[in-house]
Amino acid sequence: MVDFQRIIRIFGKNKLAVVSFYFIMFLILVAIFGPLISPYSPGDIDYSLMGVPHPPSMKHLMGTDGNGRDILSRVLYGARYTLMVGIGAVLVFITIGTILGAVSGYVGGWIDTIIMRIVDVLLSLPILFFILIIQMLLESSIYNVILVIGLTGWAGTCRLVRGQVLSIREMTYIESARAIGASSSRIIFRHVIPNTMAPIIVMATLGVASTILLESALSFLGYGVQEPNASWGGMLNKAQAFMSIAPWTVFFPGILIVLTVLAFNFMGDGLRDALDPKLKT
Amino acid sequence: MLRFILKRIFFSIPILFAVTIITFFVLHAAPGDPADILMNPRTKPEDRARIRKNLGLDKPVYIQYIIWLKNLVTKGDMGYSMVDGRPVFATIMERMPATIALMGTSYFLSIILAIPLGIYCAVHRNSVFDHILTFLSFIGLSIPSFWLALIVIYLFVIKYNSIPFISIGPPSFEGMGLLELVKTIFLSMFLPVMVLTVRNIAVWSRYIRSSMVETLQEDYIRTARSLGISENTIIYKYAFKPAILPMITLVGLSLPNVAAGSFVIEYIFAWPGIGRLGIQAMAQRNYPIMMGDILIASVMIIAANLLADIAYGWADPRIRRS
Repeated sequence: MVDFQRIIRIFGKNKLAVVSFYFIMFLILVAIFGPLISPYSPGDIDYSLMGVPHPPSMKHLMGTDGNGRDILSRVLYGARYTLMVGIGAVLVFITIGTILGAVSGYVGGWIDTIIMRIVDVLLSLPILFFILIIQMLLESSIYNVILVIGLTGWAGTCRLVRGQVLSIREMTYIESARAIGASSSRIIFRHVIPNTMAPIIVMATLGVASTILLESALSFLGYGVQEPNASWGGMLNKAQAFMSIAPWTVFFPGILIVLTVLAFNFMGDGLRDALDPKLKT
Repeated sequence: MLRFILKRIFFSIPILFAVTIITFFVLHAAPGDPADILMNPRTKPEDRARIRKNLGLDKPVYIQYIIWLKNLVTKGDMGYSMVDGRPVFATIMERMPATIALMGTSYFLSIILAIPLGIYCAVHRNSVFDHILTFLSFIGLSIPSFWLALIVIYLFVIKYNSIPFISIGPPSFEGMGLLELVKTIFLSMFLPVMVLTVRNIAVWSRYIRSSMVETLQEDYIRTARSLGISENTIIYKYAFKPAILPMITLVGLSLPNVAAGSFVIEYIFAWPGIGRLGIQAMAQRNYPIMMGDILIASVMIIAANLLADIAYGWADPRIRRS
């Protein structure tokens, strides 16, 4: 049985991980309730300030962008897109990677060979360029961004789970399940996958961090979430042109990406220590 | 050893083959006609048909792929750029030195900086310096490289005007003295290399730290300690080599990440490498160049993994026997 109290105790000792956890919860609340707390709507244009970005003021706490839109409001709404892509794409690739990895490791044979060759191919592609090209061809919607990152990103998870399954497969409790006539799919979903959860959870948390970095690069290059909606990366795409006269347009969205990615990395680190004592050095 | 290398090369051929199939069909699934960039609204229908025929676009996609593959395998021909009609392979090779210079320098600096930092932290585990460096490496790992690039451009170029923003290319070197040439190359590489190196140091120094910590707990190190051998000898003579050995794999495996990073960095710094070539090709819908760029990048990634495996097998005989 999983000892939740022990996990929470060890996780609680890692102050950075705990702070990161609260920060992420706060961000999720912001993403959900953004429209209620944001001072303006993200598309609202302050016509008196249009044309050139204006520095932070009491009226616009993070200043305005080149179109006279309030940066704070856009950042609050941007949290929604950034987190949706980060968490959504990870859910997609963790699910695919876990199922394929478990099947590959448990069943073996030619199914294993085929799945592992697909993994080899995915890991040999220059993935950012490949995703950019697919994005270029697709209609840019947030769901496409999630699907494309999810469908191309499962190779690492698949390898990890397969490795875990290969060692679990030889355990006596799997053998006894087989002895009482449990089917392969029942064994995989009821016994094998639950026992690989610890490294998967860690990988998922760190995966959100790297996915947010990837999404922000896509949007920065103009192939992610499209205007008038904006993820933080997308805001930077427009902001770079104004960098020399309006550094705040570059600073605020960027620092939020850093803080969010940092929080997921710290939390993943804390979870690794708490869930998987073997990995601790 | 030779058998091991040949076997690995042999196994990478189908992977490259799959990469070309996937990329080719993805690119040709694009809506619109790749030949559109060569036309204008007044192009006559018979001219359009002729251009499409010349480019081989009138045939089904799988036939186009077979022709493309045949030319690649028999003549090393990757087709021609849609924009200027020059051979794709030559265009990419022209840009290669700039990319290799950028990535190579960054790799070199990252390795020689990450190793001492990681070892120092492992030896002085839980010291203030160790905690600070761990914290900094988490930050380095979490900064989007394009944002860091914008920040350093703002600080170094715009605000303090300490480094001129130069983009280099072979023509701009002409007529320069040696000293001037070195200075130009140094200044133009300083910022992009810095941005690329930060992330590598962050990841690699932590990796070396944990590898060194692990090695220092081995039984043979304890034996050496009990024999009264000095700590320095233990660290640099007995622990150093096994601790940095996994670096070989790490450096090889991190190539896709470094390549992705340098892709965006080349774009921001207007660096004339294959990353910027790829992004330009995307903006122009120049499919043959995109196809070639992906293939070359995949070859580089596979070659890096292969080299890492070979180097590891050379350094650790247990690997090549298994």
